[in-house]
Amino acid sequence: MAKIVLDGVDKVYSGGVKAVDDLNLEITDGEFMVLVGPSGCGKSTALRMIAGLEEITDGELFIGDQVVNDRPPKDRDIAMVFQNYALYPHMSVEQNLAFGLKLRKISKSEIKRRVDEAAAMLGLAPYLKRKPAALSGGQRQRVAMGRAIVREPQAFLMDEPLSNLDAKLRVQMRASLNQLHERLGVTTVYVTHDQVEAMTLGDRVAVLRDGRLQQVDTPKNLFDNPVNLFVAGFIGSPAMNFVGAEMQQDGDAAVLKFADHTLPVPHATLSERPRLRDYFGRQIILGIRPSDFDDASLFPNGGTAMEVTADITEELGTEINVIFGIDAPPVQHEEAAALAADAAGDGELEAAAMPLSGNKSVFTARVNPRSNVRPGGTLELAVDTTQLHYFDKESGLAIGHPANR
Amino acid sequence: MTHAPMTSPVARVRRRLSGRTASAAAIVIAVVWTVPTAGLLVSSLRPEEQIKTTGWWSFFTDPTMTLRNYDEVLFGRPSSGQLASYFVNSFVIAVPTMVFVVTLAALAAYALAWTRFPGRDWLFVGIFALQIVPLQMSLVPLLRLFSEGVAIGGVEVMPPWDLQGAFQFTTVWLAHTVFGLPLGIFLMHNFVAQLPHSLVEAARADGAGHGVIFRRVVLPLIVPALVSLAIFQFLWVWNDLLVALIFAGGNVEVAPLTVRLAEMAGTRGDEWQRLTAGAFVSMIVPLIVFFSLQRYFVRGLLAGSMKG
Repeated sequence: MAKIVLDGVDKVYSGGVKAVDDLNLEITDGEFMVLVGPSGCGKSTALRMIAGLEEITDGELFIGDQVVNDRPPKDRDIAMVFQNYALYPHMSVEQNLAFGLKLRKISKSEIKRRVDEAAAMLGLAPYLKRKPAALSGGQRQRVAMGRAIVREPQAFLMDEPLSNLDAKLRVQMRASLNQLHERLGVTTVYVTHDQVEAMTLGDRVAVLRDGRLQQVDTPKNLFDNPVNLFVAGFIGSPAMNFVGAEMQQDGDAAVLKFADHTLPVPHATLSERPRLRDYFGRQIILGIRPSDFDDASLFPNGGTAMEVTADITEELGTEINVIFGIDAPPVQHEEAAALAADAAGDGELEAAAMPLSGNKSVFTARVNPRSNVRPGGTLELAVDTTQLHYFDKESGLAIGHPANR
Repeated sequence: MTHAPMTSPVARVRRRLSGRTASAAAIVIAVVWTVPTAGLLVSSLRPEEQIKTTGWWSFFTDPTMTLRNYDEVLFGRPSSGQLASYFVNSFVIAVPTMVFVVTLAALAAYALAWTRFPGRDWLFVGIFALQIVPLQMSLVPLLRLFSEGVAIGGVEVMPPWDLQGAFQFTTVWLAHTVFGLPLGIFLMHNFVAQLPHSLVEAARADGAGHGVIFRRVVLPLIVPALVSLAIFQFLWVWNDLLVALIFAGGNVEVAPLTVRLAEMAGTRGDEWQRLTAGAFVSMIVPLIVFFSLQRYFVRGLLAGSMKG
């Protein structure tokens, strides 16, 4: 096991396209690091550079204490799991698992021990003699994992290993991946475009966009303290709501005005982020998580309320997603546009891409399932104003975030 | 049609090719093509006097069979054929050529598809373009290369190949290999390049170098394509007359069956009983190859046109 350090790593393709731009990342020994971002953000390229499948244009890559820029994959002691599993179709499961060990001239008895151990761990023992073609998708995925495990490498590199599985199996495998990491404790770099996978698996999550690192932090910190509009909108499902708002001083505290709504800015927030005072009398972008709303009628003391008209309700049993319009133009920012483009491609953040109501901002609120909200009905929404997110209108950076000072 | 409409072009072509009219046409073509061959076989088994006086179809009313013709052409005096030694020559020419072409084509295809070196794409285009050059163009230069060697500015770079005895096969092997490689590399490249990227990358991450990847991962997966190419190459060389005539000559030590048959047709055009038997001797090998490896033929023809 070892730590992996990327120090100013660049990747420029022959056409001049910069896929990865000055990436600095330190993955500590035994850590589960997830690289996440929309397609084309450079996350896979970064992983492939760590693996040695892609040349590093500039910068240094350390595995352990050694610079490995110029070492071929076989001398890096890493194991990789591919999106489409990449099992050798002409070899049985057993041969697939043993292939990398045989190449490393490991003794037969040791190979057998490791293969049997991994097969038992992954429930593959009954299938050892089968060819990959005779396995189900989930089993193939486990063989691919097994091939990495038997190697007992310095680090696991996984390139969207769950994306070819159906939804239910993916949730199962996610849990087993978590267990596996607990058990083996091997440094792992995991690439995904699925932010739920990123949040549930990662010790830390690195969000990338256009080849640039946006933020690295624990899942909870990413969710609570996103560094900019992009991270705020990318992490969390349903996505964070954005609206342009005017910040006004109100005695010792402040208020935010947008459309016909007014939200107070708590005193605590102002003292925590003194930079906010610079924005008095100016437009900012306000972000509110759907989960920071709730039905005010169920929580009479839930703080500030907003009255809205529900357009659509999605009853999920455990919660109701209420989609409503705010009478303010949608946020015009390139990062918001990038998010919308990604959502349109993915179909996951449905609200962002929906041409619902012309020049209105579309909001989503996640309310308690016992709420009586109906489409077309009015709803008093309680807002947790301590959890509001404030972004600079021009730069898109979170105002007062430690990284932006 | 009660089936759901098949919309893809492949499905449409397949449907048309398996329709009733198409099948009828195919049967007619097959019969028209097969009848002369059957006639040849029947004739070769009839006694000399009968061949020369009546048509082969009278065999069905007056069936007399003999293997004398075969005995004569295969093992008789030099003037009557002596085909047995030419038969062996044909094998000695075709089998090594096949091995050379398949081996070199597979290696070249791997290098062109899975290694990175400057000028790789141009090299591939060049090899592809070589298929356009008719082989007749290169016969004379190649022959001069073998017989006169190469001299640049009076300095002898390569001496003439003054080969004797069995070594004379070398030039035939070389010529056939050179002529067979462009198409071979092209076919193999299409097949090798279709292997999933991640498979090769997985092998690299597992610790394999190019040699191991080629031998342990790529080679087992392209066996069907290799077999197809081997069959085509073998048959092509087996049936070739031109290259053999020029590089091997009519010498009984090295000349293949085709050369001998052409000679017999020219010098002994009236000895039908020997010609028919001789022709069938040369046909029997392609027939065996075709019938025993039929499924690879179809795959070989489809190589590169479909995935998987």
